[in-house]
Amino acid sequence: MKNVIEVKELTKHYNGLTAVDHINFEVEEGEVFGFLGPNGAGKTTTVRMLTGVIKPSSGNVCVMGFDLGRDPIRAKEMMGVVPELSNAYTELSAWNNLQFMAELYGVPKRVAVSRAEELLTRFDLYDRKDHKVKTFSKGMKQKLITAMSLMNDPDILFLDEPTSGLDVRSARLIKEMVRELRDACKTIFLTTHYMDEASQLCNRVAIINHGRIAAIDAPEKLKMRIGGLQYVEVSFAAHVDVSDLSAMTGIAGVRASGDKIQLYTDEPDRTIRGLVDYSQSFGLEIVTLNTLTPTLEDVFVKLTEEV
Amino acid sequence: MIDQMRRAYAIAKKDVRIYYLKGAVVIFGILSPAFLFLAFMIGRDLPVDFLIAGLLGMTIFFASTSVAPVIAPTETQTRNLERLAAAPISITTILFGDVLASVFFGIVISLVPIILGMALGVTVTHPFILALGIVLAAFCFSAMGLIFSSAPTSMTSTVMMLSTMIKFPLVFISGIFIPVQELPSWGQALASISPLTYITDLCRYSFQGACHYPVMVDIGALTVFLAVFMAIAIKLHERSLPKRL
Ligand SMILES: Nc1ncnc2c1ncn2[C@@H]1O[C@H](COP(=O)(O)OP(=O)(O)OP(=O)(O)O)[C@@H](O)[C@H]1O
Ligand SMILES: [Mg+2]
Repeated sequence: MKNVIEVKELTKHYNGLTAVDHINFEVEEGEVFGFLGPNGAGKTTTVRMLTGVIKPSSGNVCVMGFDLGRDPIRAKEMMGVVPELSNAYTELSAWNNLQFMAELYGVPKRVAVSRAEELLTRFDLYDRKDHKVKTFSKGMKQKLITAMSLMNDPDILFLDEPTSGLDVRSARLIKEMVRELRDACKTIFLTTHYMDEASQLCNRVAIINHGRIAAIDAPEKLKMRIGGLQYVEVSFAAHVDVSDLSAMTGIAGVRASGDKIQLYTDEPDRTIRGLVDYSQSFGLEIVTLNTLTPTLEDVFVKLTEEV
Repeated sequence: MIDQMRRAYAIAKKDVRIYYLKGAVVIFGILSPAFLFLAFMIGRDLPVDFLIAGLLGMTIFFASTSVAPVIAPTETQTRNLERLAAAPISITTILFGDVLASVFFGIVISLVPIILGMALGVTVTHPFILALGIVLAAFCFSAMGLIFSSAPTSMTSTVMMLSTMIKFPLVFISGIFIPVQELPSWGQALASISPLTYITDLCRYSFQGACHYPVMVDIGALTVFLAVFMAIAIKLHERSLPKRL
């Protein structure tokens, strides 16, 4: 597999504040690469450097083999970008916004017309194509911006929080589009705060915190890595003594929160049997019983919590 | 290179669609030269062709410097800049597109005083020189407008205030209301540092056949001003663009 994005020692300082601190990673062709991190972690700053919007303080970026510092125009021609905070031209119609993009990226007129029609239909905006964008709702604008980023049929698409503030259906539309592009062997760099979205879509995710990369791996592997976080959650009809439960075999830790007790374990099956035996011998009624594996959210919280 | 020119043209087209009807453009570009001119003309007995030449110079000046300064702050505020910055175009291309839109506005508006002059019986003795002068001056003043808009702000009014503070004094030192040759020597020296002096001089030449500087000096001066303004504008915008995001 070919690397389409290569990032080496990338750093950005903003008068004394280090927003991105010597990060290194590669993104392979055809991959959906998730970029997660708490607010202010440096995600947008990184995306801006990868898309050539701002210059790094040091380090370098290669996109499709073109060095972004030396050959920005060639590299940018192959990218589609949905910036975090951006807007279409509100005084222009949806159609004119799309055509303007095509002209900026040097897309021939005939291709641009059919592609714009296709994208507008795809994003449910076709009947509003001649309306000025200022009459659009937030979600419609976001869909238009996504359509604009696809006008040059990019090989790499950068999406900075593409679904924030969208309703369930529009968010799904964008997620579906990401899957389709992945199937068409395009590469996608996705920033998001929605862990389930990252979990569903991404082949690999990077977790960034304070401008440094805390982990990069496939979502499932990341979950395995913080193993031991598997737990069984139980609640009884009556009060029980937590220390009784922690005495059971194979329990790594116990936490009581509200009427629920969480038992951390490597062997959930054994723990469940133990709990059933316990309830029978003391005549206690079990109200709920769940096995929970760590989610990407648990991984995220664990890796980004303050130490 | 050709690609970049085409993309600059696309930007100019977008600017024309969005910015020509903005209030600030109309007020600063069309109304202010008209009022300034009326205020000075009333009660003075000057030949019509002298007046029209002055009005024409001033109109090109105000019209061409009024479009470009609106674009950058507005696009900062409406958050369109990041898209442009991510597109495969250089800052020079963006600025060149903005200049084109501004030049076109300047040229079209400058037709108004020319038509007015012809209606009042003024004859254009040197139409080619006049046309060349107008185009050159429109480029020169548009580039000057870009320098005003390089302040990294999203407030159009700040940029307009800044540019007005520079534009009005320039009008008074440029031999529009008093011919350069009638100025004292310090006044003539002052006039020679204003690009507006040279286009006004060219207009006088085109209408009256007489001018203070040789025609080639006028054209040369405007070209030099254009090159210098454009170079400064590119440098300043390269610095201020990242601050606008
Ligand atoms: N233009 C700027 N000038 C100064 N500091 C900045 C600038 N842009 C970002 N920063 C700082 O850089 C750090 C990283 O910001 P960034 O926008 O990359 O975070 P993020 O991960 O995208 O956060 P969020 O999830 O809130 O979008 C923050 O501390 C921010 O204050
Ligand atoms: Mg961000």
